[in-house]
This record gives sequence, structure tokens and C-alpha cells, in this order.
Amino acid sequence: MATENADKAPKEPHYLLQSIENFGKGAMRVISDIGGVTWLGFQVARWSARRPYRLHNLFAQLDFVGVGSVFIVALTGVFTGMVFAHQSSRAFELFDAESMVGPTVALTLTRELAPVFSALMVTMRAGSAMCTELGTMRVTEQVDALETMAVNPIQYLLVPRVLSGLIMVPVLTMLFNTTGMAGSYFVSVIAKGISAGTFLSRTQQWVDPIDLYEGLIKGAIFGLSVTLVCCYKGYNASGGAKGVGQATTQAMVASALSIFILDFFVGVMLH
Amino acid sequence: MVTDSAPAAPGRPMIQIIDLHKTFGEHKVLTGINLTIPEGSTCVILGGSGSGKTVLMKHMIGLLKPDHGQVIVDGEDIVPLGDAALEKMRRKFGMVFQAAALFDSMTVFENVAFPLREHRKEMSEEQVRQLVRAKLDLMGLPASVEGRYPADLSGGMRKRVGLARAVVLEPKIVLYDEPTTGLDPITTAYVDEMILAAQAKLKVTSVVISHDISSAFNVADYIAFLSKGVIVEFGPPEQLRESQHPVVRNFLETWFGKN
Repeated sequence: MATENADKAPKEPHYLLQSIENFGKGAMRVISDIGGVTWLGFQVARWSARRPYRLHNLFAQLDFVGVGSVFIVALTGVFTGMVFAHQSSRAFELFDAESMVGPTVALTLTRELAPVFSALMVTMRAGSAMCTELGTMRVTEQVDALETMAVNPIQYLLVPRVLSGLIMVPVLTMLFNTTGMAGSYFVSVIAKGISAGTFLSRTQQWVDPIDLYEGLIKGAIFGLSVTLVCCYKGYNASGGAKGVGQATTQAMVASALSIFILDFFVGVMLH
Repeated sequence: MVTDSAPAAPGRPMIQIIDLHKTFGEHKVLTGINLTIPEGSTCVILGGSGSGKTVLMKHMIGLLKPDHGQVIVDGEDIVPLGDAALEKMRRKFGMVFQAAALFDSMTVFENVAFPLREHRKEMSEEQVRQLVRAKLDLMGLPASVEGRYPADLSGGMRKRVGLARAVVLEPKIVLYDEPTTGLDPITTAYVDEMILAAQAKLKVTSVVISHDISSAFNVADYIAFLSKGVIVEFGPPEQLRESQHPVVRNFLETWFGKN
């Protein structure tokens, strides 16, 4: 009898089929999330153009995302510039080209490191808070309460957050550039003894305003993407405290990945 | 016994639901709801967990669109309305949530003032302050709670603040989503009194979603019993108590059988 029951029991799928199925489900989830974030982006654009504009909410978010991130971005910038100047001067010493330390650090900062690191700092500091706050509001029905009070939650909650990312990440990118170059100057000129004139004139010679624009464009795109991803995950959270925690983890991973993926494609498109 | 035919009650209808169907994926939640709620009455929608009560209420306020059917609120079918028209229509409603859904980043005063600041921009800050105070008074809340945050309040106080916020714009209809779930008997009785007092003082149409039989019989002018996606019984509480519908009898016996 026991043997008969064992024969009738459904067979477990082969581990290879199971793996393929899991991969397929994961891929579908990623595609669904990309669609969801894109749709949310359109909704935010649509609602940001409609009255009332609620400048108070926007300034509160600009303060939270931008002003609140000044210290951490400045500190990251200083140490990134110092580390990069130290390592590149060691390399350039090998063939007596220390004069190239300034432009090398400047080009790398303006084109790549400043927007990427600024966006990562905003993701970790402000994006996680956005996702958790929106997720908590969702699972405690505060978002539904807004809707029943005839206040559109996308316009009230999401528009100021996404706009603050779009505006403040380029500003923080410029701050990162400034503090990064200050750190680089300190290591190169004061610690390593490279002539200040050489450092500055070579940097001026090699770095164009277009390099700064590239960084600013990237900063704006990253700011848009990370705030959209964090808002999307928080806004659609479900399943209580555990669900909010999972949504925040997913938001952090997806935001960081979106920065690196977009960095490549935007870099290629701009050149 | 009333089943699929539109249950009607005397008086001008404030909410009329006609042949409402809603399916989520493969799951049919509402399968032909017909219901008429007269102006100025308190209607309790009673039913077990998972019977579709909350889905039905979300249709009344336009948070969900039906697959088929009409939802007529104050003489207007809200199903075909766009975003802007729906927002305007929602100003006729106030809603009290199961866990109050107060904004936890705002004080009690700011929570109750929120709808006024959003929709009555012509009001001065002094007028807002007076109206908020009046609504909190109506709910028996002292001035000392105005500066407190929702996390510092008891469950019963949060419900009262939620009701003050729901009625501050003087809506025509107040919806209560499971107002007594998870409350102790004393607080439950207090919430029932709060619903009756709001009804008496504000003359609103109230719709209460509940599975609490005792509370339903305390506050209802009419009870609609929802089972498997349809209203299987509708009428005054005494009529429901005499119902011969097996599901209704089974449900009510869990309470009246013991008392």
C-alpha cells in the first residue's frame, strides 16, 4: 500500500528544470519591475505638471536628499580624490609623468566617479529612507487614506521625491568634484611634492567643460533612476514589516545596479 | 430573503450598486452585487473573512473599477469617471480605516487639518484651528491631544481622531472599514457610540464594513449580508435575525446561539 502511494505521489521536477524555471521567474520579475518603474516615471511626469504644486513638500525633499547628504558626499569625495591621487602618482612615478596626476584624477572624477559615487551615497542615505517610509505608509493604509481624501498619492508623495533626486544628485556631483579635487591637490602637491603650477595648469589643459557636463547629465539620470526605483519598491510594498524590509533590500540592490548599467550606456551614448 | 434582486430600502438612495462584478486573476470576488443604501441611514455590510466586503467598499469610493456593473453615488455613476472627476467625487466621502491610518509623521492637529489645508485653501489658519478643535470636541477629545503624535495614542483615541479627520470636510457619506476589529469589548462599545453619535449629529449616510455581529446590530439601520460575492440578505436588523438563509443563520448562530 505504501509503495502504491509512493508511486502515485507527484514526481519532483528535475533540478535542471527547476533551475530553468526559477531563472525564468526571476527574469519575468525583472522585466515586470522595469515596466513598473517606467510606468511610474510617466505617472510622475504627468502629475508633476498638474496643480497644486506643493512647493513646501519639494523643498522638504530637496533639503532631505541634498542638504542632508552634503557631509557624507563631501567626505567621500575628499577621500576618493586622495586615494586616487596617491595610487596614480605611484604609477606615474614609474615613467616620470607625475604632472599627469591632476588631469587623470580630474577626468575620472568629473566623467565617472563623482556622479556614480554621489548617486550611490544618495541611494544608501536617502533612497533607503524613502523606500521604508513609503512602504510603511502603504502597509498601514496611509497611502489609501490619501486617496480617499481626494489627494493623489503619486503627486503628493512621489513627485517631490523624484524631482529632488533629479535636481540634487547633479548638485552633489559638483560638490564631489570640488572636494575630490581638493583631496587630490592635497596629496599631490602637499604630500607628494608635485608643483602646484604643474598640477593646476595640466588639469586646466586636459579637462574641458564638456567633461563636467557629462558628469552632470549622468548625475541627473542616476538621481532620477534611483529615486524612481526606491519609490516604486516602497509604493508597491506589501506584507507588513517583513515586506517593507524586503522591498528596501530589493530597492538598494536594484538602484545600485541601475547606476552601473546606466553609467555604461549613457557614457557610450554621450561619445 | 433577498438574493440577486436589487435590495431596496425607503428613502432617496445615496449609494446604489447594480450588478457589480469583480475578478482578481482567476478569483471571482464579487459576482453580481445589487445594493441600495438610503440617504441618512447606517448600513452595515456583514460577512465572513474573505467574503469581499473591503473590495465592495473600495468600489463605492472608486479605488477599484469593476469588471461589470454600476456604482451610483449621489445620483452619479462613478465607474466611467476619470482621475480628476473621481477626486472631486471622493470629497463626498470620509473614511475611517481599521487601524485609523493616521499620518504618523504629523500631530493629531495636523492630521485633522490635512483635508482642510488640501481642499479649503481659502480658509485662514485661525479658521482651520477652530474647525479642527470643533471636530475633536465632537469626538470627545481634549485639547491636550492636539500636539501628540498617533503613536502616543490608544487604539480608541486613534479611531476617534480618524473619524474627526474623516468628517472635517463635512462629507455626505462616511465609510468605516472594520471599525471594531481587534478592540476590547469596552472600546468596541465606545466605537459603536461614536458611530451613532456621528450619525445623529452630522446626519451623514454611514456604511460600516464588519464581521462583528454585536456591533452591527447596535449601529445598523440596515444590514446587508455578503456571502460568496453576492448580497444574500438585506433589511433592518430584526429582519436579518429572522432570516432563513442557511449561511446567514449559521453566521448569526455563532453569536445569538450563545446569548
